[in-house]
Amino acid sequence: MTTGQKLRFWISERIVMIIAVAVLLYLFLPVAYTFAFSFNNYRKSNIAWNPEGSPTLKHWQDPCGVEGICESLGTSIRVGFIATLAATILGTMLAFALVRHKFKGRGAGNMLVFIPMATPEIVLGASLLTIFVQGFTRIGLKLGFWTIVLAHIMFCLSFVVVTVKARLQSLDPRLEEAAEDLYADARSTFWRVTFPLVLPGIVSAALLSFSLSFDDFIITNFVSGNESTFPKFVYVSYLRGIPAQANVIGFSMFVIAVLLVVVGQVIGSRRRSPSS
Amino acid sequence: MTALAHIGSTGAGAQTPGGPAPEPTKKGGITAYLLLLPGVLWLLVFFVAPMAQLAAVSLQSQFPGYPGYYYRDVNFGSYVTAMTEYLPQFGRSLLFAGSATLLAFVLAYPLAYAMAFKAGKWRGLMMICVIAPFFTSFILRTIAWRQILADEGPVVGALKWLHVMPSSGRITETGFAVVAGLTYNFLPFMVLPIYASLERADPKIIEAGGDLYANGLTTFRRVTLPMSMPGVLAGTLLTFIPAAGDYVNAELLGSDSTKMVGNVIESQFFKVLGGFPVAAALSFTLMAVILALVFVYVRRYGTEELL
Repeated sequence: MTTGQKLRFWISERIVMIIAVAVLLYLFLPVAYTFAFSFNNYRKSNIAWNPEGSPTLKHWQDPCGVEGICESLGTSIRVGFIATLAATILGTMLAFALVRHKFKGRGAGNMLVFIPMATPEIVLGASLLTIFVQGFTRIGLKLGFWTIVLAHIMFCLSFVVVTVKARLQSLDPRLEEAAEDLYADARSTFWRVTFPLVLPGIVSAALLSFSLSFDDFIITNFVSGNESTFPKFVYVSYLRGIPAQANVIGFSMFVIAVLLVVVGQVIGSRRRSPSS
Repeated sequence: MTALAHIGSTGAGAQTPGGPAPEPTKKGGITAYLLLLPGVLWLLVFFVAPMAQLAAVSLQSQFPGYPGYYYRDVNFGSYVTAMTEYLPQFGRSLLFAGSATLLAFVLAYPLAYAMAFKAGKWRGLMMICVIAPFFTSFILRTIAWRQILADEGPVVGALKWLHVMPSSGRITETGFAVVAGLTYNFLPFMVLPIYASLERADPKIIEAGGDLYANGLTTFRRVTLPMSMPGVLAGTLLTFIPAAGDYVNAELLGSDSTKMVGNVIESQFFKVLGGFPVAAALSFTLMAVILALVFVYVRRYGTEELL
């Protein structure tokens, strides 16, 4: 074989993997840009790279140095926590009812959970804004922190239901039968067998909820009034130039999330390994 | 599996590997309704009621001579306005979202395939790589694309240097940039469901295709692709629906001539006095079109016999 043939063979063996790695690089390119521009010593707006004085660490040393940025980050985190907690509890209950029980209207229940996911965010945001402004103001609810929370619980709910449902459906029913054969009553079967088996699905659902809530812009923009979340802060400051502190915080969230995912996977694989 | 991977397994209508999910055995009774009550109530108050309110708003009529003041009515005038004045934006939304979905599919399939069959021990790392960019705010990433595709940016520079693009050419503020942004933003939603359904497929079945003297392309078309169809179906929906309603990409990467229906809804709501009814009518039309497309699409491709 000539070198050319060898090369061609090497490439054709790995062509799928090469494309895959290229696509992954494409996914990371804007993240790299965000990272790089957090070191930019820009004058007016952080769009073009200023070679004078760059790279600089000054934005990393003072991440809250722009008015409102850390407040909006705090709001995003608080909204994310409350919405995740509520959506995970409500959604898990719904998933158990839909998978484990036969009742009238189960089809309608599944439909009610599915349609919000098939509705574009802008329609959800618009409809929530109309009812908040035209109906809920009469009972004293103003647009702000709590309307964001109410809206986020709603759109996270469906994603929790489908995630937990998938986990429940893939459970081996023999495990619960075995518990019953061993004279466990319904309550201890549930808490000692079913629930621990479903828990990874519930944890995934909660993580998914938090990330959906944390990164949501469109619905939040409709229902937030004067309250600002981190994505809204970034979007609003776009017109007068996004401060590099936003890049610092955005990239830090990325690093924290990756670390959490890696730790989660390591713990997960350790738990699995003794049994397999 | 991590959080977003579950979108895949769930969107694809995850089932137990051995066959369809077991039917519920427990009878209804009070427990079922108690479990259902809070969640269903929530969806009724914060999804169904707002939609009903939005429908009512879309049918309102204006008090003559008082812009911004409306009374309850059954007037389809706003729908007529929506469909006559904003037809270009509507068509553009469907065209852009459709193109982005197709591009995302072309990019996502090799990646999902490599993760399912070629990655081996790198599978977990690749999964993290697909999900991780999600956590940098998507608005920051979209603005990064604006920088990458800017007139002085590396992409335009390279294309001009290669003389592929005339020296006056640009990418930002064109439909191409908007489609590129949409493709990028929703790509993981395409990768994860396809990966989830390929991962469940038995590689031996694909090998069997080769054993039966099918060439690579035929094996792919007759064996691999049909097996991954639930994932492709879920992925296209998870990409197309948010892309069709998006306005952030068109706002940040496009210009006035690339506005999508989302931009119209947003500006009718926030910037036009008395724009609520038209915005509501546009929202409903968008949702009706999407639901109709989803329905036809699922009916057409949601079956076992695809090819």
